[in-house]
Amino acid sequence: MRGTVDNSIAEAPDRILASEGIAAGLSSTDAAGAGRCFHCGEPCRGHEFTRADKVFCCRGCQAVHDILSASGLDQFYRLASAPGVRVRNESGSNTWAYLDDPAVQKRLLDFTDGKLSLVTLKVPGIHCIACVWLLENLFRLHPGIGTSQVNFPRREVAVSFAPAKIAFSEVAALLTSIGYEPQFTLAELDKLRPGSTNRRLWLQVGVAGFAFGNIMLLSIPVYLGLDSFSAPLFKALFGYASLALAVPVLCYCASDYWHAARLAVRQRMLTLDVPIALGLAALYVQSAVEIVSGRGAGYLDSLAGLVFFLLCGRIFQQKTFARIAFDRDYRCFFPLSVLRKRADEERSVALSELRSGDRIVLRNGELIPADSELIHGSALIDYSFVTGESEPVARAKGDRLYAGGKQLGEMIEVEMVKDVSQGYLASLWDHAAFGKQSRRDLETVTNRYSRRFTGAVMAIALSAGVFWCLSGQAARGLKAFTSVLIVACPCALALAAPFALGTTQRWLARRGIFLKNTLVLERLANVDTIVFDKTGTLTSGGASRVNLHPFDSGLSDADKSRFAALARHSTHPHSARIQEVLAGNDQFQFSGFNEVPGGGVEANLDGRSFRLGSANWLRRRGLAVPEIPGANGSASYAAIDSKVRAGFVLHTALRPRTEHLLGELSPKYDLALLSGDNEKEREKFRRLFGSDARLRFNQSPFEKLAFVEKLQGDGRTVMMVGDGLNDAGALKQSDVGVAVVEQVGTFSPASDIILPARDVPRLARLLELARRSVRVVRVSFGISAVYNLAGITIAAGGMLSPVVCAVLMPLSSISVVLFACGSSSRAVKKTGLNPLPD
Amino acid sequence: MSVIVILILISLTVALLFLAGFIWAVKSGQFEDTCTPAMRVLTDDAPVKEPNLDPKHTKT
Repeated sequence: MRGTVDNSIAEAPDRILASEGIAAGLSSTDAAGAGRCFHCGEPCRGHEFTRADKVFCCRGCQAVHDILSASGLDQFYRLASAPGVRVRNESGSNTWAYLDDPAVQKRLLDFTDGKLSLVTLKVPGIHCIACVWLLENLFRLHPGIGTSQVNFPRREVAVSFAPAKIAFSEVAALLTSIGYEPQFTLAELDKLRPGSTNRRLWLQVGVAGFAFGNIMLLSIPVYLGLDSFSAPLFKALFGYASLALAVPVLCYCASDYWHAARLAVRQRMLTLDVPIALGLAALYVQSAVEIVSGRGAGYLDSLAGLVFFLLCGRIFQQKTFARIAFDRDYRCFFPLSVLRKRADEERSVALSELRSGDRIVLRNGELIPADSELIHGSALIDYSFVTGESEPVARAKGDRLYAGGKQLGEMIEVEMVKDVSQGYLASLWDHAAFGKQSRRDLETVTNRYSRRFTGAVMAIALSAGVFWCLSGQAARGLKAFTSVLIVACPCALALAAPFALGTTQRWLARRGIFLKNTLVLERLANVDTIVFDKTGTLTSGGASRVNLHPFDSGLSDADKSRFAALARHSTHPHSARIQEVLAGNDQFQFSGFNEVPGGGVEANLDGRSFRLGSANWLRRRGLAVPEIPGANGSASYAAIDSKVRAGFVLHTALRPRTEHLLGELSPKYDLALLSGDNEKEREKFRRLFGSDARLRFNQSPFEKLAFVEKLQGDGRTVMMVGDGLNDAGALKQSDVGVAVVEQVGTFSPASDIILPARDVPRLARLLELARRSVRVVRVSFGISAVYNLAGITIAAGGMLSPVVCAVLMPLSSISVVLFACGSSSRAVKKTGLNPLPD
Repeated sequence: MSVIVILILISLTVALLFLAGFIWAVKSGQFEDTCTPAMRVLTDDAPVKEPNLDPKHTKT
């Protein structure tokens, strides 16, 4: 399993267990034991759904099992225990109809000639070896499907199908029916797919390695000083063959360095590419002169080796985490299709076809795709995604609804007043922060060092050349000049940062902390101001604490489970929490059920009326609602007939150890809090953050961005920690944007770091690790400087020989790489950010 | 000694063949996804049985 660990890290912990369980699953098939669903492994409530000795948690799972066993795909269950994905929402027959629209197909299909179509589908449900097997055996489920190939790290499946036998919409429906619902977002339609991994870089490494090996082979006589090969024939053969082998290295493999050096010179930035390009040029010219004139064998092995090592460093650094998208904008959050209502005909159409004036229907949990006006139904909109405000707001007919809000509760009908791309949310992405290509990426440790380094090398090379020329040995002077450039070619220097920072990046990725690139670590080490978002970042949405306050006689256990059942019928986010504290699982036959959005739920049972809702709503119903002493969170009340029996106070709970984290950070950093929420908890956070921290509440996404911009204007290096789309602007503007996610792979706004929520308390350690890693890079520079100094001393004397060069160059590179990797790994262990045990 | 010339030509030719193989492998996308093939070998192909195309199951 070791081989797949790198990629399966991105899993949620339970998924890791599922994939780690493959080995166990191969030998045992007793997945159904202990009342767990044979298909998906979730606990089963009863024994309603069974087949032979297998139990299922729901009809969906049972149906998938039936489909698979009828098609002879039972092996799915032998590859892993309970490998299935629970089929959560039954999709209607016309859900995928929009996929058959030729205009949509044209943009989604990779290829089609009418007889055969090829499409790459994003399937987030892929999580284990059995999924791979099942999805690659799709052809057994429908004769219209040809081959299908899974790309596990990307969670994608490429399917070829015959449109004459199976329509595109049917392919999507087939996948959905077995639990693998393909995900289409607006970004896909706009072709925002992540670019393919770097084929060109692999080719360059291959060619450089080929040339390196063969030139070394041809250089063996020179290394060993074999006289029997000193005949002019051999000398010429070996020399010209090496010269020819070095041409592709110079022209193809090193082309990026030439390009980067030219760019750097034009921008008057002495990046490390400049001395590298100079060194390469000097190596080739010097070698060509020696070989053509028959005076020596040149340094072509060093040239090829240098390029090969440099490219290896790049491959190491460019390890991409294909599944993790860092550059998301609002288009990735919006679904591809929505139900449009036109003359009593409801049809699912692509979002791109919607125009302002269209009427659309939104069901519980669906996102409002554009600014709209409510036409029908009562809306309860959760804007937490956009504003960070944790309370859903009730809206009545005729009210304006903003894009990005999520409808909770009943089905509503809205009329779009703006196009999808012009909504309030979309306009955030028009801000300059999203357009500019910042120059700060060039401000790396390596480049700062290289500025001094390049100047010094040029000075030494020139003075050595001039010195020998003045003392009458022009040939020696010329050789000293090129030799210094050759030896000083900063291969080890160029490798230090990629390997040191790349190692740290990989260790962190195995823990679930993903960095956009290694430059993030350097910026992280320079951070002096940290700005936190509140909701979802410091407080967790999921783990809110609910306190039960009984009034009068309180609630009997039987009543508690009745209220739990009532809460289960409500769509309000608080009701799930309340249901948890009441801990009841029984079913009751309520009558006269009524839900008032923004108010509460009421129903009758056994001649008594049960109400669960807000204080204001109950007061409107004529009930006396007592105050709950010391309540500073939002409260709900449970009433039977005309008496309020209990109150529920919902505290937004801080994540565990948040106090400790803020205590650790406040001596070293300036802290600030930006919240879209109201000021209810100002005092609490004032205590946590200390007296000089800046706390801002009721902040819009634009105000958050402006706040970060202003801090930067004061010369601060700002780290922004946030989670929702409302932080997207601030995350993008900040020097280091950290997106907190409950589960890796779920939605997160564009950022530099993706941090799992469980590691938020370890933020201080992450900062410490970044500083340590940059220190490792600095020490590596020191080591390579020692090698360079030794080499330059020899070279300035005009005594450089190919053998010295051939030893010095790999020796310095390899020792620096080993040091960088070793020290970085040690730094990771010391800061305690090593991977979690599987 | 001049046999060395021929030997070197042969060795270069062989090396070039390997390089060509590598280039083909990269171009055909074998370096795009190095993870899934490692999982795929662990699963056996089930004996291909005529799928039971019960219309109830294939209807979408």
